Amino acid sequence: MTRMDESLGPSGAAGGSRAWRATLLTLGIFAAVAPAFLLESFQLFQLTMAVIMALAVLGLNIVTGYNGQISLGHGAFFAVGAYVTAILMSHFDWSFWATLPVAALVCAAVGYGVGFPALRLGGLYLALTTFSLAVAVPQILKHKALEDWTGGVQGLFLVKPDPPFGLAVTPDQWMYLSVVAVAALCFWGTWNLVHSRIGRALMAIRDNPTAAQAMGMDISALKTKTFAASAMVTGIAGALSAVAIEFVAPDSFTFGVSITLFVGMVVGGVASILGSLFGGLFVLFVPNIAEAISKAAPGVIYGVILILFLFLLPGGFAGLLRQIAARLTRRRP
Amino acid sequence: MTTSRRTLILTTGALLAAPRLAAAQETPGVTATEIRIGSTNALSGPASTYSVITKCLTAMFQRLNDQGGVGGRKIAFIAYDDAYQPPRTLEQTRRLVEQDKVAFLFNQLGTPTNSAIHRYVNQRKVPHLFLATGADKWANPKEYPWTIGWQPSYRTEAQIYAKYILEQKPNAKIGLLYQNDDFGKDYLHGMKDVLGARFDAMVKTATNEATDPTIDSQIVSLQAAGCDTLVCGIIPRFAAQAIRKVHDLGWKPMMFMTNVSVSAGAVMQPAGPEKGVGLITSDYRKDQSDPAWANDPGMAEWRAFMAKYIADGDLSDNNYTYGYGAGSTMIQVLRQCGNDFSRENVMKQATNIAPMDIATLLPGVQVQTQPGNYNVIRQMQLQRWDGKSWVRFGKVIEGANT
Repeated sequence: MTRMDESLGPSGAAGGSRAWRATLLTLGIFAAVAPAFLLESFQLFQLTMAVIMALAVLGLNIVTGYNGQISLGHGAFFAVGAYVTAILMSHFDWSFWATLPVAALVCAAVGYGVGFPALRLGGLYLALTTFSLAVAVPQILKHKALEDWTGGVQGLFLVKPDPPFGLAVTPDQWMYLSVVAVAALCFWGTWNLVHSRIGRALMAIRDNPTAAQAMGMDISALKTKTFAASAMVTGIAGALSAVAIEFVAPDSFTFGVSITLFVGMVVGGVASILGSLFGGLFVLFVPNIAEAISKAAPGVIYGVILILFLFLLPGGFAGLLRQIAARLTRRRP
Repeated sequence: MTTSRRTLILTTGALLAAPRLAAAQETPGVTATEIRIGSTNALSGPASTYSVITKCLTAMFQRLNDQGGVGGRKIAFIAYDDAYQPPRTLEQTRRLVEQDKVAFLFNQLGTPTNSAIHRYVNQRKVPHLFLATGADKWANPKEYPWTIGWQPSYRTEAQIYAKYILEQKPNAKIGLLYQNDDFGKDYLHGMKDVLGARFDAMVKTATNEATDPTIDSQIVSLQAAGCDTLVCGIIPRFAAQAIRKVHDLGWKPMMFMTNVSVSAGAVMQPAGPEKGVGLITSDYRKDQSDPAWANDPGMAEWRAFMAKYIADGDLSDNNYTYGYGAGSTMIQVLRQCGNDFSRENVMKQATNIAPMDIATLLPGVQVQTQPGNYNVIRQMQLQRWDGKSWVRFGKVIEGANT
């Protein structure tokens, strides 16, 4: 993995004028909201799922990209978030919005717990430990002690929230807008986190733990809290996915989800917030492109596309953006 | 002048198009020349061995088109990959219904995957026909009138065993060993369907978890309870253990094994072929390796189809006989539709199939549906292990969902 340290220190764009930033923000909001009224419902659903995957990738990026702790088990947090929302909605008739903070808190707690063994395990060992979590979760969800809550193999059904106040939008449009709003909040929060003092500490721990400790950073506290924050963001994505799909089942959360998130992170760009967005789009749309090329062996085509991507864009999508940005600034007088 | 001409052309075009648009709204996925049918299957991922079913169905619709199609229309069969992941099944199904605008859905694979779209298709009133899954829940016309399965469910299988037991040993003391999940519980429900009030007096149950190391203690406890009949709804690994343990104990019950766990290679050989002599199971398909079907007209039809349309297909893969059966049922429904391929009529015809024989199903096992009964295949024939292979015996038996 390449070390990304461009985010260290204040970046050039942040020094731009206020008007420029306001324009960018307006354009961004417009670009995010416009699809709700331009796309057909199916494409909107796909885009909703892509944004959800992007949010899940963002969560993984916090702990693996920025803090250097490799996790192959984020599918587990995704599942926990989804199930918390599903259980609260279907057993207790909670509204979707009320379940979100609970799902976030539960996932943060689980992530905090997982963060402890992570302190003693590094690199590949941590990757394997988290992977075992991802493998275990579908079986735990099926276990008879939890069956009354999780619905066992059958899973749970829930219903998408209706647009409030008689807004003239379809449930699909409302779902998309809700997901975009929640995701935007999480992206904004993560941006602030990694550009803060704590964010710089996280990257320092990743790049040189000894030096970081010598500088007085509490490595264990920071690492466990990072795991918690990361699990929380991925868990929120899971909660959103449960409502968008209106169904949860153990088979929806096999270890494949964790691998998918990891692929999304690497393709999008490790330690990149914008890259996470691209990673989400990649993992949702590229399998469909692969299938359009060959129905006989979509897995092979997907693999080839993936290898090509890593070969041509070794720094992920974010790496490409950085290169372009670097060239532009160099040419500027 | 030019403007008025253009207006004229546009108006004419719009007028000509209008009836077609209106018709398209009434019958999505159907044009004057084409009927679009959608499906999903695990074309990639761990369950992708089932992808040959899609291959078989695609070839069958190709053959139908070569023969002139149905109702003057050709079939366009669109199958997408869901990798056996429920969220992707929903995505692909929405793509089929909303973007490709298929007339209806056919033979989508898997229980969790179909569960994810169960409500969606019923809300939208899209026929969700002849699913490739053995769960019992698809036969629920009251709550889910637009969904219908095809193969006999585990529950039907258990009903058939219970009926046979009552006929042979009316005073049997039955031991029922089942896995504690949906698959296993279908056997419990099936036995209860037939035994009714007698269930508690006649049956002693024991359960196992898929994660248990062995099931020896369950077998011993059922023997100790004085059972003289044993019905097992367990996965192949435990099936081999059960057969061996029963033999080693010197217990000689009338023993039934779920037909998912009777593979000669995966169960009978590891258990010891001589230890399983007398074991009973059931099937509804013709086994293409059985020499009894060497000159059977139905299997000859299937082999000719395979030779012409899937020349590279593995003839020992029974997913091809499965696919041929499901495809034949679908084609029958299309023929019954006449010239009306609206969703309402497709569903009406799919639930009004008069009992019919299918080339790859056992003689006497028929496909049939009624508006109040969505169990498409209700009969099976028992077969017994003779130490080398499975030998069919007796008549086909009908389950209790009739």
